[in-house]
Amino acid sequence: MSDAHITQDTEGEHDNAYAGLLGNDAHWAFGTDFEDPLAGVDTTIPDGVDASELAQYCLMLGDDALVYAQRLSEWTSRAPDLEEDIAIANIALDLVGQARLLLARAAAADPALVPSLPEGSPVPDEDRLAYFRDAGAFRNVRLAEQPNGDFAELIARLLVMSTWRLAIFQRLVDHQDAVVAAIAAKGVKELAYHRDFAGRWFVTLARGTGESHRRLTDAMRTVWPLIPELTASTETESRVGVDPATLADEIGVVLDQVLAVAGITAPETPGLAGVRGRTGRHGMHSEALSRLLAEMQVVARAHPMGRW
Amino acid sequence: MQVDQAPLEEAFEATIAANDRIEPRDWMPEHYRQTLIRQVAQHAHSEIIGMQPEGNWITRAPSLRRKAVLLAKVQDEAGHGLYLYSATETLGVSRDELTRRLISGKQKYSSIFNYPTLTYADVGTIGWLVDGAAICNQVPLCRTSYGPYGRAMIRICKEESFHQRQGYELLMTMMRGTDEQRAMVQESVDRFWWPALMMFGPPDGDSPNTAQSMAWGIKRHTNDELRQRFVDMSMPQAEALGVTFPDPELKWNEERGSYDYGEPDWEEFWHVVKGNGPCNTQRVAHRKAAYDDGAWVREAASAAAARNEAEASQARVEQAPRPSLRGSDGRVETR
Repeated sequence: MSDAHITQDTEGEHDNAYAGLLGNDAHWAFGTDFEDPLAGVDTTIPDGVDASELAQYCLMLGDDALVYAQRLSEWTSRAPDLEEDIAIANIALDLVGQARLLLARAAAADPALVPSLPEGSPVPDEDRLAYFRDAGAFRNVRLAEQPNGDFAELIARLLVMSTWRLAIFQRLVDHQDAVVAAIAAKGVKELAYHRDFAGRWFVTLARGTGESHRRLTDAMRTVWPLIPELTASTETESRVGVDPATLADEIGVVLDQVLAVAGITAPETPGLAGVRGRTGRHGMHSEALSRLLAEMQVVARAHPMGRW
Repeated sequence: MQVDQAPLEEAFEATIAANDRIEPRDWMPEHYRQTLIRQVAQHAHSEIIGMQPEGNWITRAPSLRRKAVLLAKVQDEAGHGLYLYSATETLGVSRDELTRRLISGKQKYSSIFNYPTLTYADVGTIGWLVDGAAICNQVPLCRTSYGPYGRAMIRICKEESFHQRQGYELLMTMMRGTDEQRAMVQESVDRFWWPALMMFGPPDGDSPNTAQSMAWGIKRHTNDELRQRFVDMSMPQAEALGVTFPDPELKWNEERGSYDYGEPDWEEFWHVVKGNGPCNTQRVAHRKAAYDDGAWVREAASAAAARNEAEASQARVEQAPRPSLRGSDGRVETR
């Protein structure tokens, strides 16, 4: 190969890694700057909906997604195979996306919810809510915050979580608030995939080897006690969103169907108690949450005036 | 039976000379195949090990948007590993075999990933400098002589250049932030500049495989040519960003039309290559743990697939409706 040939080769536009780096480039995924995720959407609170209650409700659903995505993202580079690594990251990404929209909606509906930072801080509302609240202010269910455990536990928890969340989102598609309805419509497609992924793996592990069957059974004993909390009514949810109690039958039918195909029976376990009746939705969490948040929030909190 | 190889070799050489692709079904010299396996596997391993230093910051990403960007990037790296392992499969080596070679230390990956990521700015610096250097190395490989490798590289390079822009954009944003953030960016660039230069490999005089690889069209440029190009492209970027590189010898050479630059610490380079870098042991142990911990899952998937297949063929034989998933005694069959 002659030198002239090399020179000619190297000047092809694809050879320059930096071409256009400083130019006015086409859009990048996730934008090139912080943009209001609800820009252009009519965020007026509909008549008859209590703004502060709507905000609380968005916080609940947003915190479920945020905290659970944080747990799922811990799996990155640790999955049993590359295909699963990619799938789990995908699910985490979907949930981070849902969390951003819901937290932004919560902040828009009730600005009083948003933690205040020093004057002039550029930190957007969704990040103030994610990074500058303590555990007691989080409204996610306890299922979302549980430490990961093994792959069987991941699958058992994901099956329950996605079945439950999909049932909620399917009902929210018709919500009075156009923003919540739009978020739900987008989320339904994502959650249907999450449930499908979890359901397939659930059956595979149940029908795989003695070890996978044993691990799945153990995982169900850890996960199943957290199911009753998912279908316990709170006033906020029943008034402004979906009353969780109305979901119990539907979730039961879906889980029974998966368990039947898998040929496995649900453990007879009582639900995990709260503290004086208070659970995740009331800000009463397990020990795992504050540790999870300490890690998640450490950089953001060190730079309350920072730009990212 | 002895096959006369001469015509096969002639056809191979003619394909290379015409800058055409060698495809999996084509005859190729064994040494070419082995060289490719080594290079593509090393590249695949680099993608997979490369998930770790950046993955280190996913759970601490300081904004939700950055968390999404980083998750997607690390996910892309897993995808690149997949394409590349698929390319090696066309050369007759399985992903599983290559993973075992990686975790037993028989095969290497890019040494850059044996450096630690110590601040969030490193996520940006890796995108800008490390992915930038990787692109300089990889773009010529889009025209590499082996078809499956070249086609994988086309897709990979597109995504890498996207990552590089996102990394640079993170640093740009941080430079518009606080003094602490600007200091964080400069410190990160100081730490990664020399290791990034080392990514092009040893100086041409010490690179024993280069000549053969270039003759075969597996490699298109020498290490030093690519390194020079990287330095020349990086300088204006650093100026625009407002950072400096930690090299007092860096200056424009009018005569050469290029920047002069200092010599990387090749002693450190060989230390890291030979396994004594800051994170070599940790990176391989992490990969090995994931592989070992996942063994039961992969076994379960194979067993379930075999069982489904057996039941399906049983059902076909009996011409009967699909049987219950339970065993004949009504219990789930476990081994």
